[in-house]
Amino acid sequence: MLEFTIRRLSATIPVLIGILLIAFIVLYMIPGDPAQTIAGPRADAATLARISEEMGLNQPLYQRFSSYLSRIYHGNLGDSAVSGKPVLESVIEKLPYTLKLAAIAMTFSIVLGILAGIISAITQGRWLDRVCTVFSVTGISIPVFLSGLVFLYVFAVKFRWFPTSGFRADNTLMPFILPAFTLGIRSAAFLARIVRSSMIEVLNQDFIRTARAKGLSPARILFKHGLVNALIPVITVIGLDLSSYLNGSVIVETIFDLPGIGRFAMDAILQRDYPVIQGIVLLGALVFILVNLVVDLLYAWINPKIRDEMLGKTAR
Amino acid sequence: MKTFLRNLTFVGWLSFIGIILVFMVAIFAPILATNDPMETDPLRRLSQEEGFPLGCDQLGQCVYSRLIYGARLSLIIGFSARLSALFIGLAVGLAAGYAGGWLDWFLMRIVDMFLAFPSLLLAIAVSMVMGSGIKTVVFALAIVGWAEMARIIRSAALELRSAEYVIAARTLGASHLRIVLTHILPNCLPLITVIFTMGIATAVLSEASLSFLGLGVDPSLPTWGGMVASAKDYMLRRPELVAYPGLCIAFLVIVFNVFGDELRDILDPSRKGNW
Repeated sequence: MLEFTIRRLSATIPVLIGILLIAFIVLYMIPGDPAQTIAGPRADAATLARISEEMGLNQPLYQRFSSYLSRIYHGNLGDSAVSGKPVLESVIEKLPYTLKLAAIAMTFSIVLGILAGIISAITQGRWLDRVCTVFSVTGISIPVFLSGLVFLYVFAVKFRWFPTSGFRADNTLMPFILPAFTLGIRSAAFLARIVRSSMIEVLNQDFIRTARAKGLSPARILFKHGLVNALIPVITVIGLDLSSYLNGSVIVETIFDLPGIGRFAMDAILQRDYPVIQGIVLLGALVFILVNLVVDLLYAWINPKIRDEMLGKTAR
Repeated sequence: MKTFLRNLTFVGWLSFIGIILVFMVAIFAPILATNDPMETDPLRRLSQEEGFPLGCDQLGQCVYSRLIYGARLSLIIGFSARLSALFIGLAVGLAAGYAGGWLDWFLMRIVDMFLAFPSLLLAIAVSMVMGSGIKTVVFALAIVGWAEMARIIRSAALELRSAEYVIAARTLGASHLRIVLTHILPNCLPLITVIFTMGIATAVLSEASLSFLGLGVDPSLPTWGGMVASAKDYMLRRPELVAYPGLCIAFLVIVFNVFGDELRDILDPSRKGNW
């Protein structure tokens, strides 16, 4: 396990540095002079030179990158070009909304996805399986913005079960349900596919036949022996979902008017607030890497066989 | 090809016909469209005049004609984005998988980096840097999509590298390039076909999302994502204006997903049931 952990970490660190490099290059490539942006259009040459000097824009690129690295290391993601507030501060302020959204979405996703996957697996080839498959293909194929608008129209406008938009400070659960459902149903569709195929594979294994031969009840076989083993690949999918929620939240929070990270990103995009966009993209990538790291370690810890396989494969 | 068509299930046929249908619509758009999709008229705003089969949008443009031309844009962007992604993915994946060693390690770390970025946000950042346009969207989607392809092709190449016929060719003195091009690549083709087809669905969805957010191609161009975006402000009065382009996107994505699924079951049975 130690060897695995070290190997896995040694693959992560270069990726982290590479991501910072990409984010840095993208910011560097953005058209326009950052000193000009700060000084305003009517600044004279002397002011521009002074600001460039202060921001370190005159230094060679590698030096700017290293000072950028140390800045990030100290938790400074830069300041918003529009409000002047530190990006990290705004992100922390808005994070709870997106986390809450993601948590509810994930609950929907896990419950619906695993349920549909199991139903599909045990009724394999029959009509119930077909129904689940149709739902799952549809769920994967419908863009989030469309399902969001449809849910908004049907459940908020027509049935008036939910607030149409507008988030109030009382911070209840209601404004989150529809957007979370929109996000969750998409990942549930993915999950159902994985659970189905993984469950079918497990149910065809020898130990399931043994359990059946021992005369265990079908429910016990399904849940105690089948599901536990079938759920291992699901961990990976759930980890990947976390990252997809950040993408999804940009659209869903815009449609449902929630003040989370996605909305923050969208506002920054519309205002061309580059430091904010860069900060959010960077954070998204960091979260993805950390989540994947945890998932892989967890995976290897649960199943030593997979660990050995991965070690054999990573021994390049 | 013959065995392939014979193995196609009923659903597979339906999706195949669906794809052909969308292609036909895209190719014969000028014949099928009843009006100029870009012609605006404030007097026709949200009206349902004769000669406009599905009525007009908020700018007085013919909704039906825009839907027809939208198929064109979706397919052009989806295909070019995936082709570009495929070329990068093929080059990187084959090189990494066949060469192995430090090159494999290095290339795979680059792949990891690109996989780590939240794809939609990365595409947004790229299109902001480059300015809007079809080329930008294609480039952004290629940047987002190549890494996944590279990873899949790499693992296929890694397996084929130690196949007996590859070792035999090597012993006979074939060059590395020759082995990759004549032995490894042809054996990856079924896999490539599958991931390419499924990738079109993803690319179409991403393009629609970018257009929906107003970050895709020029908003006056008829894209389905852009049509949903502009129709959503009038959703209470004319909800069907959201539904038409939305259903078009869903249809296109579903047929490519189902067809790709079907292809995979036939060409690459070992991965059956997995996405």
